[in-house]
Amino acid sequence: MMSNLTSPERARAMLITGAGVLIGLTMAVLGRNDPMGAHGWIVLLFCGVLFFIVADKLYDAEPVEDRSISYYDDPTKVGILLALFWAVVAMGMGVWVASQLAWPDLRFDAAWSSFGRIRPVHTSGVIFGFGGNALIATSYHIMQRTSRARMPDQVSPWFVLLGFNLFCVVAASGYLIGITQSKEYAEPEWYADLWLVIVWVVYFVLYIRTLARRNEPHIYVANWYYLSFILVVAILHIVNNLAVPASFTGAKSYSAFAGVQDAMVQWWYGHNAVAFFLTTGFLGMLYYFLPKRAGRPIYSYRLSILSFWGIVFFYIWVGSHHLHYTALPQWVQTLGVTFSVMLLVPSWASAGNALMTLNGAWHKVRDDATLRFMMVAAVFYGLSTFEGSFMAIRPVNALSHYTDWTVGHVHSGAMGWVAMITFGSIYALTPVLWRREAMYSWKAVEWHFWLALSGTVIYVFAMWNSGITQGLMWRTYTESGTLRFSFVDTLIAMHPYYIARAFGGLLFFAGACICFWNVVMTIRRVPHHASAIDYPTTSEAMEPAVPAAE
Amino acid sequence: MDRTHEWYVLLSKSFGLFWLLGLSVGITAYAFWPSLGGRFDKAANSILDDEDGPAQPTSGKREDKTCR
Repeated sequence: MMSNLTSPERARAMLITGAGVLIGLTMAVLGRNDPMGAHGWIVLLFCGVLFFIVADKLYDAEPVEDRSISYYDDPTKVGILLALFWAVVAMGMGVWVASQLAWPDLRFDAAWSSFGRIRPVHTSGVIFGFGGNALIATSYHIMQRTSRARMPDQVSPWFVLLGFNLFCVVAASGYLIGITQSKEYAEPEWYADLWLVIVWVVYFVLYIRTLARRNEPHIYVANWYYLSFILVVAILHIVNNLAVPASFTGAKSYSAFAGVQDAMVQWWYGHNAVAFFLTTGFLGMLYYFLPKRAGRPIYSYRLSILSFWGIVFFYIWVGSHHLHYTALPQWVQTLGVTFSVMLLVPSWASAGNALMTLNGAWHKVRDDATLRFMMVAAVFYGLSTFEGSFMAIRPVNALSHYTDWTVGHVHSGAMGWVAMITFGSIYALTPVLWRREAMYSWKAVEWHFWLALSGTVIYVFAMWNSGITQGLMWRTYTESGTLRFSFVDTLIAMHPYYIARAFGGLLFFAGACICFWNVVMTIRRVPHHASAIDYPTTSEAMEPAVPAAE
Repeated sequence: MDRTHEWYVLLSKSFGLFWLLGLSVGITAYAFWPSLGGRFDKAANSILDDEDGPAQPTSGKREDKTCR
């Protein structure tokens, strides 16, 4: 893949990775008396390996391909594989974390394996490692196709993809060695945050540069969703991570905010991580891959525009519903409730738009597990957005907050919607990217689908039962006005549900492993299928290009 | 000007209200503007057949490969 870079591009890649090695060395030396030093070595190793991968090809022949006739898909391919790697790692962590709750002995008494350290490895691993890589990879694919233009250069897409993965590695390893700033979904410390800002700005610029080269008059709506994901995540990340490092030779930093302001900024970030990381980008995937796989244009393009603005405008206000009955002013809580309820309209408009697109193609949904992944994703999107609006209302929240119901809600969104649309997109994308006729095993896709669906349903039902039981036990009083149940009583009541949850997660994890295997086998075993994509001919004869195959 | 609580309330109830209303009217008008229908239909259909590489300069026999 590095042979496809020109000599100046190879030199630039070596310059960047070389600078990374120096930064890693500096961190290792400065932070030698702090956990930051370990991160220095990790950065050094990561950049060093990449440096030698490029250096190995430095004196290879110049690439001969005509860049004007094809899209640049190498980083997309690597991104898909990285996403699946992270899926297996992070979902495996999830099964372990869930099992620790059911059988606490599974901690094995190590510091690094305690619940508080491996849980963020699970959450960051699935959100950023799996979700983030899938978003970056599919955005590379979609921005080029919908613009009918190739990406402007070949170094920055690699910088964004691999730079983002460096962030993920630093984050996950940091949790295990005890580095955290204790902000949910924003645990990495100041230097990792600064690095992500650089990567993210390059990502934004790359996207805009590709769109600027487009050969389509109108920017397809999927791009709007991806752009909102990139732009808003940048704003959220910068504001929530404003902090003062305790010293430049250590990992510890102090947030710029304090008290309830800190909580508000954190949950403004936290909920919009759900909105703009886990929703809008994946809606971009949905609006591209679902119509394409169904072979029908989106049911209402106008509705997709309307729901886009509805979603981006309403979502940004809802974070305060995480802080009901706290020191946060009542009117801010009410603002969050109002916008959460209003948000149901554009959310259901998107889910309905996706399902209406399938009207007339239901036979395809029946026969094609890939399309079924996307259909189920749209259904779970509708379900979990309804549930979310409902849980944001104060009286409902009084019961649900701090219970497993919240965990169930998050997972109905993350497993049922985000992971399902991602797996569907990966199955649709893999044969196209690697020019294969189809996936290696359609039976494995079916197996994955049913494992994922049953895993999600078991998980979500277990957590609903557990959460509502827990919430009701917490608020049951005796006749004399004291609490009826002790905390341990609730734990005993929840134990069977915790076992069921771990089992549901195990099924889902097994499905992800099958997916990884199937993608690898598709790349290795399925014969090359040239006519999957027609390139305009460049031969001397100027023979007409073959019309694109149906 | 003193940036008090009252000042922010006044701002959100005056400018904020009309900003919100204007934004929703503007977006709805754009989404449902009749003459844009053709463009939207074209965009919705454009993704169904986009695997034939970047658009080529319109010359000679490549005319059928221009943007759709």
